[in-house]
Amino acid sequence: MEAASATRPALRILRAPAPPPVVLLLAAACVALVIGSLVSDQFAEQTVAGLATGGIFGSLALALVLIYRATEVINFAQGQMAMFTTYIAWQLMQWGIGYWGAFVLTLGIAFAGGVALLAFALGAVFVRDWTFERMGIKQAGGGVIAVVIVTIGMLILLEGAAAWIWSPEIKSFPSAFPTRPIRVGGVAFSIQDLGTIGVALGSVVVLWVFFQFTKVGLAMRAAALRPFAARLVGVRVNAMLALGWGLAAVLGAIAGLMIAPTIFLQPTMMDTILIYAFAAAVLGGIESPAGAVVGGLALGVVLNLLGTYVHFVTSELRLPVALGMLLIVLLIKPTGLFGHRVVRKV
Amino acid sequence: MPPLLELENVEARYGPIKALHGVSLKVDEGKVVAVLGANGAGKTTTLRAVSNTVKRSGDIRFAGKPLGRRAPESVAKLGIAHVPEGRGTFAELTVMENLRLGGYTRHGSIRGDIDRVRAYFPWIDERADQQAGTLSGGEQQMLALARAFMQRPRLLLLDEPSLGLAPLVVSEIFRIVKELNEEGMTVLVVEQNANIALQAADEAYVLEVGKVVLSGPSAELREHESVRKSYLGY
Repeated sequence: MEAASATRPALRILRAPAPPPVVLLLAAACVALVIGSLVSDQFAEQTVAGLATGGIFGSLALALVLIYRATEVINFAQGQMAMFTTYIAWQLMQWGIGYWGAFVLTLGIAFAGGVALLAFALGAVFVRDWTFERMGIKQAGGGVIAVVIVTIGMLILLEGAAAWIWSPEIKSFPSAFPTRPIRVGGVAFSIQDLGTIGVALGSVVVLWVFFQFTKVGLAMRAAALRPFAARLVGVRVNAMLALGWGLAAVLGAIAGLMIAPTIFLQPTMMDTILIYAFAAAVLGGIESPAGAVVGGLALGVVLNLLGTYVHFVTSELRLPVALGMLLIVLLIKPTGLFGHRVVRKV
Repeated sequence: MPPLLELENVEARYGPIKALHGVSLKVDEGKVVAVLGANGAGKTTTLRAVSNTVKRSGDIRFAGKPLGRRAPESVAKLGIAHVPEGRGTFAELTVMENLRLGGYTRHGSIRGDIDRVRAYFPWIDERADQQAGTLSGGEQQMLALARAFMQRPRLLLLDEPSLGLAPLVVSEIFRIVKELNEEGMTVLVVEQNANIALQAADEAYVLEVGKVVLSGPSAELREHESVRKSYLGY
């Protein structure tokens, strides 16, 4: 008993380290946003609108991070996959299926598509290696780069296929939420924005619970972190990686379905969104899921507020401003907001 | 009754380099069997051949049935726990998550076993939420044993449990191995520390450059002249 109580204080210090400067900075930013929103109605409206776009950036960024952590691949086709699945949802609705029916079906199709894309990419690498071996060409690995190239190919293929199947014309896409605003103390919030924030944050929370508390979620993390050790405890690593790609595709599909009512359905709809998502993922630290979400939200809010209050930041300048922010953060903290230095043995 | 594990003329290679040149050995159920040898003798490779984490050929039978080309994860499901070099700790995950992963192949509740592990290693209780990579070497080795226990294997493959640990910790680790064995777990342990391995094991094999050069009950090997000179140092 005595020994135990003697060690307690030391343990407590170990468990609760001082919050890093990044967390303090974010807390300060949140306080500033709340105060600003209480003072000015316009500020409040623009903050909520920014959180809604930020939620979309965050979902897509989280999808990129999931795939990066599982397979160390940046999936350049992530945006086009989201676009394509949104078209599928549109098609299902054209065939008379209700919004939520189409929503659920689309997520299922997206999951299968994500798994199929990984299987296709790995298959392509396998065929290449097999052919080279047959031809007696010696070449070293390069599996990751090969898969990245396959995703770039998928990007072009999906964009072309969408234009070919559904024509490149802009289509309107229904919203899950009513477009009328809701008034809270004189401030008009768009219900659509609030709904988007809810769906984006909801899917992040569901995903977090899945990874933290379920057996399969834990196995997926183990497979991504230590594939060799994971196999030895009986985890089917390839199945887990495929599951990761599937989940990422589902997140992307949600992002596409949420943004489509605002930016309309077209084959290139996700092109710039993906760049923002990529910026958000790197901003948060490419290996950190929490960082991706926070990075997305921060980017959305800052861009929206700058657009409202700083007059030279017009819509043409939003992307350069976003990339400028990314550059500044990386200059100060090269690993991103939430990333930490990883030492790799070679 | 066939032995629990049987290797017959097993060869293994890393690329063009052959690491095992026809190894044959037997592990009877309920025993602790040690594999001794110098660096590069093929000890680790022998274990990797069983869990199919190295390119190999030859016959390996577990409980009488050939393992064939089973993938490592399905070997684990058969009831073979392999604690590899470096202990296979999931350093980024918490201690408790490491234990949960140990029970991955099992169906149903593992809570009872987690409670037993916590009762056995009281320090785990205090550090359940700590990252496993921050544990000391000895603690990580104990965690590896606890993880293997969670798997409830019939056979435990243990790779150099003494590596990098202080002598007192090493004897503690082998005491735990002995206790696991008394609970019915068969153990195949690979060791460079022949002294402690021969104390713990019932039988032992000595490997040299990928071949078994000597085998027999531990007590006999301890008396064997060349073992004494080369591995025990007196």
